[in-house]
Amino acid sequence: MRRVQKIEEKFFKLLMILATYFILVILAIIIYSIFEKGLKSISWEMLTQVPKGGYYYGKGGGILNAILGSLSLAFGATLLAFIIGLPVALYLNVFLIRHKRVIGVIRFLLDLVWGIPSIVYGAFGFSLMIFFGFQTSLLAAIFTVTLFILPIMIRSMDEILCTVPIGLQEAAYSLGSNKSEIAFKIFTRQSFSGIITAVLLSFGRGIGDAAAVLFTAGYTDHLPNGLLEPVATLPLSIFFLLSSPVPEVQDRAYASALVLTLIILIVSLFSRGLGKRYHKTKINF
Amino acid sequence: MYLLNREQRHTVNTTWMIISLLLVAFLPFLLFIGLYLKSLLILHDHSLFDLIFSKTWKPSIGKFGFYPFIVGSIWVTVVAMLITAPVCLLTAIYVTQYTKKFFLRIMHPAIDILAGIPSVVYGLWGILVIVPFISRYLGPWLGIKTMGYSILAASFVLSIMIIPFVLNILIEIFRSIPTELKEATLSLGATQWQTIKHVLLRKALPGIIAAFGFGLARAFGETMAVLMVVGNVVRLPQGVFDPGYTLPALIANNYGEMLSIPKYDSALMFAALLLLVVSLFFNLVMHFFIVRYNKY
Repeated sequence: MRRVQKIEEKFFKLLMILATYFILVILAIIIYSIFEKGLKSISWEMLTQVPKGGYYYGKGGGILNAILGSLSLAFGATLLAFIIGLPVALYLNVFLIRHKRVIGVIRFLLDLVWGIPSIVYGAFGFSLMIFFGFQTSLLAAIFTVTLFILPIMIRSMDEILCTVPIGLQEAAYSLGSNKSEIAFKIFTRQSFSGIITAVLLSFGRGIGDAAAVLFTAGYTDHLPNGLLEPVATLPLSIFFLLSSPVPEVQDRAYASALVLTLIILIVSLFSRGLGKRYHKTKINF
Repeated sequence: MYLLNREQRHTVNTTWMIISLLLVAFLPFLLFIGLYLKSLLILHDHSLFDLIFSKTWKPSIGKFGFYPFIVGSIWVTVVAMLITAPVCLLTAIYVTQYTKKFFLRIMHPAIDILAGIPSVVYGLWGILVIVPFISRYLGPWLGIKTMGYSILAASFVLSIMIIPFVLNILIEIFRSIPTELKEATLSLGATQWQTIKHVLLRKALPGIIAAFGFGLARAFGETMAVLMVVGNVVRLPQGVFDPGYTLPALIANNYGEMLSIPKYDSALMFAALLLLVVSLFFNLVMHFFIVRYNKY
């Protein structure tokens, strides 16, 4: 009996170790294959030029249009989501703090919205775009991506804001602050690092997602030059380049994937660094 | 210094907050209504039952049967969960119960990176690594002829994509179990594995089910990575080595031509509506599991 137990114990421990290292090894393989393929085909030209004639048959040019397009799309959407999202998160934690049930319902709705696949946002954004008579454009894409990253941003801000101690709020009330002052002056300062992390997290989500912008962004070989013009994005450029039968063009997809992955890795590193740096403004209890 | 006085600023800020809140709170309903209105056209001609269970997909002659896509989606999702579920459960138990704290500090960035990689890059990785692996090694080894672009490839890529998502929830759940419970069992002479098997897993069961449910919902709606490796063939798959087609891939693949064929756009919006309903339903049910879990 004892022996069986020992074997069982060992067996499951082995399985657990295998599972854990499976995840780490897969991550290593993913990173390795992206870097290995990407570094081979990346060049200065790719990063600094827009596609030239015959680009999609292997002639010269680069992906600058997609890089700048993706960045402007993600910046726009993050900004818009921040303008809508921060007040919501603050409202939940300052104004509704005594109404646990209302907070519960809103958090639940946000979780529901978070779970909705990005392609559904894409389809919704598309029908909205048609409804208002828009063309595929940067603006339409920004709206769609905003809807998509909004729940992510609010929920991650909410996680931070709800850790602000009630004592701090009471102290501010006793000094004569009103609710919106407490929200915008005290809560934002106390959770500054968390808010930055939430913003950068949403930025990363926004820049990496293709399904939401598939219908609304369009595609262009030119640099983004206005809110009402179509815009190229990195994920879509990877997708299009990869479906080409020409090997040189496929190599460019690998290079674009490397660029996209690097942007996202840098953003996430950045958010960790900033988070540490701004701990200073926080009052410790 | 300020344009408005304190009271006015308070009013402006509060209004702004309430408008934003209302917008966000109505978002799921807006999505539902918008997509429903768009798919009314197709629901008008075909019954719901007909749309979901009819097998012919020929938009040019007005036949919209979503059955192959629904079956394809279910195949891909279920096989992906079969890979993800045990891996995540074992890993979550290992990092919370067996290892020191510093190991979790290594795991967390790894999970973050996995979660951050965009789905297109996962798809590219699937084409680079998984598809050739299946067509060159796994298929011949099992004596099956396959292109590599298959349900299995999509499931595997998908399972990796949802690992960070499921794992994060599971780790949180196992960490929230009080240590006293474990100590009590251990002091009665149970081994560590017995403790995990009989106490921790039983305690965490609703949470575990919820984590898997959330993962399932996420996998069901994943688009780009699946689209790139699943093969996109409209027919009922017979096994995991067959190519298939999923609902999200259908929407993503046909946006170009959907305005040129009558009712095609309506049909695709109906597919989006289906996805929305499935996702809302799963999240709703799983939410109640989490609520139940928190009660104990």
